[in-house]
Amino acid sequence: MMEKNIVSEEIIHIKAPLDEKTVLSLRAGQLVLFDGIFYTARDASHKLLIELIEQGKPLPFDLQGQVIYYVGPTPARPGRVIGSAGPTTSSRMDSFMEPLLQRGLKGTIGKGNRSQEVIDLLKKYKAVHFSNIGGAAALIAKSIKKCEMVAFEDLGTEAIYRMEVKDFFAVVAYDTTGNDLYMEAIKRYGR
Amino acid sequence: MRQIEASTITQTVEKLCIDANYFLGQDVIDALERSLKTEEFCIGQRIIRDILENARIAREELAPLCQDTGFTVVFVELGQEVEIVDGNLKEAITKGVSQGYTKGYLRASIVKDPLKRINTKDNTPPFIHIDAIQGKQLKLTIMCKGSGCENMSRHIMLTPAQGRKEIVDFVVETVVRGGGRPCPPLIVGVGLGGTFEYSAYMAKKSLLRPVSSHHPEPHIKELEEELFEKVNNTGLGPQAWGGRATALAVHVETCPTHIASLPVAVNIECHSHRVKTVTL
Ligand code: SF4
Repeated sequence: MMEKNIVSEEIIHIKAPLDEKTVLSLRAGQLVLFDGIFYTARDASHKLLIELIEQGKPLPFDLQGQVIYYVGPTPARPGRVIGSAGPTTSSRMDSFMEPLLQRGLKGTIGKGNRSQEVIDLLKKYKAVHFSNIGGAAALIAKSIKKCEMVAFEDLGTEAIYRMEVKDFFAVVAYDTTGNDLYMEAIKRYGR
Repeated sequence: MRQIEASTITQTVEKLCIDANYFLGQDVIDALERSLKTEEFCIGQRIIRDILENARIAREELAPLCQDTGFTVVFVELGQEVEIVDGNLKEAITKGVSQGYTKGYLRASIVKDPLKRINTKDNTPPFIHIDAIQGKQLKLTIMCKGSGCENMSRHIMLTPAQGRKEIVDFVVETVVRGGGRPCPPLIVGVGLGGTFEYSAYMAKKSLLRPVSSHHPEPHIKELEEELFEKVNNTGLGPQAWGGRATALAVHVETCPTHIASLPVAVNIECHSHRVKTVTL
């Protein structure tokens, strides 16, 4: 196995939106702490984004360089920025990926494996998929400093929010060269 | 007859929904701590520590353990000498779920129709199983279960000739296919025997046992131990990022079945295992 695929405890800081140099340098297994801006979207909001694209209408935010976090938070208690906000399953968004990547999306964050099709698309469009810890939602919410509604308010938890994050923990799951954290894990630890 | 007011049931269910989502059970915490000791991969250990830290934050700050606060399954054991007064059982439970999810700042995750997909806004209806028992008690067990793990569950009708080996292969394959999507470390619930639907019910019911408890029958306990070892040898590990702790436990429940059948159901549960019980 190539050394670059080994998950090590070393963590690097990166910024969202992502610049090209960072995107190209990241390798599956790299741990990161994000600072910057994410947009949230999950099943229903992806469907609406794709409909807008198909109708040739403008999107509620510019996708260039952006990172989409697959999350549907719990309602915030009064006085809090957000409720609990861990990742949802990434693979449910697999079929929506290409039109978003075509419009400049550079990163996605969710939990669990994705399809070979997505791995190929990330290579083709030079983008990266990250995973963070599913079920650590109260802890993850601590790294979300601001959260505001951007679009599709009537979708409730599924609406699109703009989040400001600080030291948001994730791992590179699939990089721009086709490396796969999940596959390597089984090879390395399977008995 | 012993009388229980419907409003008492509603209040109880409300509190159970909230408690389940904020307070991770001690059995789960103990199982996580045990898995931390056996986890070989440093990042796997970090994930388990983060999950334990998450449970602490949830408890202290009253923040839901997971953003998917789940669908609500309610297991009712209704004593035959209990009479529900001033309302009916199912409505009282449903109202309790609605109030619990609303007052507890829990996420509404239920759509009314599987195709139209309009959110009901209060996480109702719950999925209710009612069992009649002897006596004057009413036992309510609430399970708030995420769909990330539920979606990775599988069912198969094996033939008697296929037997134990195929059962083991099917369970392990189910875990491997799920990968990181059900948020390992998992609790794997297996229902063996019965009918098509009853095996699935047993798989879910097996999850109600204290985590890591064993089946009383020696040959089933042995099967649980074998499955536990095999699942944890897949290499998936915490979140499927690699390591040993793929599952915290495997629970198997069995029941009689037809001479021609061997139904097998695998209900996958995540580490965010939210179960609470009260006996009225
Ligand atoms: S599978 Fe469990 S831990 Fe993971 S997101 Fe769903 S409810 Fe939360």
